Amino acid sequence: MATVALKFYSTSIGKKVVMAITGLTLAGFLLVHALGNLQLLWGPARLNAYAAKLQSMGPLVWAFRLTLLAAVALHAFSAVLLWLQNRASRPVRYQVQQYRETSYAARTMIWGGPIIALFVIYHLLHFTTGHAHGTFVKGDVYANVTVGFRVWWIAILYIVANMMVAFHLYHGMWSWLQTLGANHPKYNHWRQIFAAAFAGVVGGINIFLPLVVLLGIRK
Amino acid sequence: MNFTLKVWRQKNPNNAGRFRTYAATDISSDTSFLEMLDIVNEQLIERGDDPIAFDHDCREGICGTCGCVINGFAHGHQEGTTLCQLHMRSFDDGQVIWIEPWRARAFPLITDLMVDRSSFDTIIQAGGFISIRTGSPPDGNAIPIPKDESDAAFEAAACIGCGACVASCPNASAMLFVSAKITQLGLVPQGQPERWDRVKSMVAAMEEAGFGACTNHGECEAACPKEIPMDLIARLNRDLVCSMVKK
Ligand code: HEM
Ligand code: FES
Repeated sequence: MATVALKFYSTSIGKKVVMAITGLTLAGFLLVHALGNLQLLWGPARLNAYAAKLQSMGPLVWAFRLTLLAAVALHAFSAVLLWLQNRASRPVRYQVQQYRETSYAARTMIWGGPIIALFVIYHLLHFTTGHAHGTFVKGDVYANVTVGFRVWWIAILYIVANMMVAFHLYHGMWSWLQTLGANHPKYNHWRQIFAAAFAGVVGGINIFLPLVVLLGIRK
Repeated sequence: MNFTLKVWRQKNPNNAGRFRTYAATDISSDTSFLEMLDIVNEQLIERGDDPIAFDHDCREGICGTCGCVINGFAHGHQEGTTLCQLHMRSFDDGQVIWIEPWRARAFPLITDLMVDRSSFDTIIQAGGFISIRTGSPPDGNAIPIPKDESDAAFEAAACIGCGACVASCPNASAMLFVSAKITQLGLVPQGQPERWDRVKSMVAAMEEAGFGACTNHGECEAACPKEIPMDLIARLNRDLVCSMVKK
């Protein structure tokens, strides 16, 4: 079993499958996370109660965190291995190279990834531990977020970072279907539509919330 | 028509190569790209220069021997066309044309525009066949195959192994080529007995040869002169995953 898994992982397809499963796990989290945060619009009582309910799950919280951490580690590790393989596969580059089908999102996956990872570290220090937050109050999520986003450059930082997230998801959310072999001529055009919708919803909410606070619509 | 050619010239793998500029003058618009190179070569030979070496054989788009990157496009800008079937009328008069060999670690350069594609042969030898007892030819329809499946297998079998998928892929990946062979053989009954071993050994040979990994850019299907779709890559992925569980 272990040897079969290792042999599978030694192929580029094996690494891609690991990236697809871990990427999908992270994407699923992002969707739930974004929908949950939307409760900011209902005001402090609703958002803080939601946060308290999540925190009250005790050991489950850590099980969740460790799963996400493992997913990020496997995803990034496989990404770097594949990137090295791909860099080595064309030692002499073209003088002129034109693209017909690839997208900006597809070409920036390997740069979007690490940028997202750095942003996530900052985001955890900002809103989870409070180390990067001047007036952090544990448990008062609403105040932490609104005070945080009222600083214009922090709001912009979140907006730009989440544009990268949306690009990463736009390519990733159809890429995983292809990687896991989910294709059928009848439904294939839905894969791109699904990816755009998913990236639009997650990216859209994550950009909308800092904007709402920055523009003073929620205080 | 007149063109300025910027052609990659390299004597052998150990010499440094460089682009050299040639004028192609008075070219008829009905000339094919390779005929245009023939005309330039004749002038080079008259001048006592080495002619430009390039691969070609059938010149009718069926053998998969020709292929260069023309102005950044594998086989040139015209879709679904091999280089030998590209005509000069599809270029603008006076245009500058950059001509480069396929660039990939797994396709080492031989000379000028010729590269060694025997890594494709190695992949085929690893499993791109069916092992059967040969004898007198069987009856045409002795083995019934559903029409849509035989059509799909035939579509994959249109692959001529030219290497444009590798050349155009930002990662120099051979996944479209391998997926075409896996699909062609995997869709028909004759290919079933070796299906799971085949995918494992062909993928192993592909990795061994030093090709890159697929990141779903889709440049391969856009460049393929036989318009093989990248859906087949999903099928290859699926077959490799299944082969791990099958035995
Ligand atoms: C918010 C966190 C992230 C999510 C939701 C996410 C999601 C995804 C998904 C769904 C895929 C498609 C999987 C496939 O079929 O190949 C993917 C691919 C990829 N991800 Fe991530 N990812 C995240 C973070 C990262 C990080 C931290 C890196 C760091 C290196 C990274 C680098 C990549 C690369 C290089 C690809 C392959 C692109 C390709 O196949 O073209 N991602 N990601
Ligand atoms: S020379 Fe045979 S396909 Fe072009």
